[in-house]
Amino acid sequence: MTTENKTRILTMAQAISEAIGQEMERDPKVFVMGEDIGKYGGVFSATSGLLDRFGKERIMDTPISETGFMGAAIGAAAEGLRPIAELMFVDFFGVCFDQIYNHLAKNTYMAGGNIRLPAVVMTGIGGGYNDAAQHSQCLYSIFAHVPGLKVVVPSNAYDAKGLMTEAIRDDNPVVYLYHKGIMGLSWMSYFEGSTTFVPEDAYTIQFGKAKVVREGSDITIVTLSQMVQKSILAADKLAAEGISAEIIDLRTLVPLDKETVLKSVAKTGRLLVADEDYLSFGLSGEIAAIVAEHLDTIRLKSPVRRLAVPDVPIPFSRPLEQFVIPQVDNIVSAVRAQLDSQTIFA
Amino acid sequence: MEPTSEQLLWMYEKMVEIREYEETMARVYMEGKLPPKIQKGLAFDISGGPVPGEMHLAAGQEPVAVGVCAHLRKEDTVVGAHRPHHFAIAKNVPLNPMTAEMFGKVTGLGRGKGGHMHLFDPETKFSCSGIVGAGAPQACGAALAAKKLGKDWVAVAFFGEGAANQGAFHEALNLASLWKLPVIFVCEDNKYGISVEKTDSTAIASNADRAAGYGMPGVLVERNNAVDVFKAAGEAVARARRGEGPALIEVKTDRYFGHFQGDPETYRPKGEVARLRENDPIDVLAAELRRQGLLDEATDKTLRSHISARVQAAYTFGRESAYPQPAEALLHVFAE
Repeated sequence: MTTENKTRILTMAQAISEAIGQEMERDPKVFVMGEDIGKYGGVFSATSGLLDRFGKERIMDTPISETGFMGAAIGAAAEGLRPIAELMFVDFFGVCFDQIYNHLAKNTYMAGGNIRLPAVVMTGIGGGYNDAAQHSQCLYSIFAHVPGLKVVVPSNAYDAKGLMTEAIRDDNPVVYLYHKGIMGLSWMSYFEGSTTFVPEDAYTIQFGKAKVVREGSDITIVTLSQMVQKSILAADKLAAEGISAEIIDLRTLVPLDKETVLKSVAKTGRLLVADEDYLSFGLSGEIAAIVAEHLDTIRLKSPVRRLAVPDVPIPFSRPLEQFVIPQVDNIVSAVRAQLDSQTIFA
Repeated sequence: MEPTSEQLLWMYEKMVEIREYEETMARVYMEGKLPPKIQKGLAFDISGGPVPGEMHLAAGQEPVAVGVCAHLRKEDTVVGAHRPHHFAIAKNVPLNPMTAEMFGKVTGLGRGKGGHMHLFDPETKFSCSGIVGAGAPQACGAALAAKKLGKDWVAVAFFGEGAANQGAFHEALNLASLWKLPVIFVCEDNKYGISVEKTDSTAIASNADRAAGYGMPGVLVERNNAVDVFKAAGEAVARARRGEGPALIEVKTDRYFGHFQGDPETYRPKGEVARLRENDPIDVLAAELRRQGLLDEATDKTLRSHISARVQAAYTFGRESAYPQPAEALLHVFAE
């Protein structure tokens, strides 16, 4: 990597399209297909500018035919190509989930490891801009639940580029989920912390390595995606009150960096999971369970707490939506409440 | 396009091989599944015997597999469905690892992790899926890859008439035609989707007519006859190789066994299969070969005994191979 001062600031959308463009230059087997990814540059700008550089043969607009093109991505990957298939909103996967969970995820296993499916499935997640129940979900836990898919959920532009490059070079299926509210779009308010320095040269970030975004001693906040940005703002407020929060950005759900989580919770003795997915049967429960399985080595000072969407669809009306999706202030008060509570072992 | 003598003989041998394979499996599969060896009160135990699980056999449907695969090369891709043995054999998937897979053995194509509906052989570019209709879009992807790589390879998606009512089928046809992909969609109309007759599931008589809606040729092969399939597929494959896009072929074929082995077939008129067998496609092709002087009783006998030995050896291989170590279940979720 060339030395540069850190003035090269990109949005997450720019970082993702830069990673894709660089990998397409490096490897002629990489191509992109999806809805409105060509002239439009992707509804969330993840493929912005790529059509002009690579042409219609490699930046392929598809019909609104998700089973068709997801299946085609599988077939092309089995032949050794490296497709990137974008499906606009994670909420739409219901129309093609058979191709994802019965084929993309399982074929390598059912072949006893004899076939490789180097495909990236890319999609937008998250709410906060009043798009209601069918365009605001996160659902990353569903992909992580099914064995055979690597699951990547970046929180900022630097990570987004390195993780996308890693995803394209991986020989396995990778589901790459970007939160719309951190892409840095010109038409949606976003968390500015996600727009970061991004080196121009290609680089990779290894999967399964969580990042300690901020060190702290009183509590561990395990989080990901846009919620990382919210947690940083919350931690600033808490610091003013003398509370020191450590923030762990998981970055990938599969593989999951349990070690970094456990090490941090062992140090702070407190765990808050801040998640924008539904509360039950998902990521927050998984993290809590992993910690519970290690209570022989971890002494918890207060009970584990989970912040997530309280098992309701995402409502449209602004006050309702803001109520169900955890906000900065919810993180602050959850941390305060935890510092006020004790386990019976403490 | 008329088949050469060589192609006629190849189709005949493959049909005999498929039939021998399926009839052997029909017997082997039933081992350990019937009273008195099973739990008291049961009539059948699907998890019993050396080949547990579901079993979908293709005896009677051989002409579809051989008539199409006679035109294929090693580099062409075939995607089959839940009833896949005839396609696999016609695509030259090696019998030993294929059979071992059905016994769940470590020597199987998928080291015992797939079973009979999930056979993957990257060497012969064969795969299949237990999900009705799912293979058609994947064949489009293989064809797209061939196009991108600048090869004249084609991809074939085989599926049953039940799959033609699936969204995946229609999406695949549109995509293939839109992108002019070298795919041949081959629909086996064996009259039944499990128990439901085509007339009760499908709005039109011939799925070949659906091709017009996607701007591609559609051909109906009305007889369960290898040469008829060969002719229809020959045109479709040649056209695809020339870069002129996809085609859809429907073949009226016959399923001799149940949907799965152990199927009581209460939905089927009595004597239907016996009537179908009177006009068996293997006998029909044998008669044609004799007429052309390509086969006599002695060569037929020799040929059949060689095929039988090969098939039986595969079953012995499958039966005698070792099971994987249980902890192997934890491997291969991801490619190394």
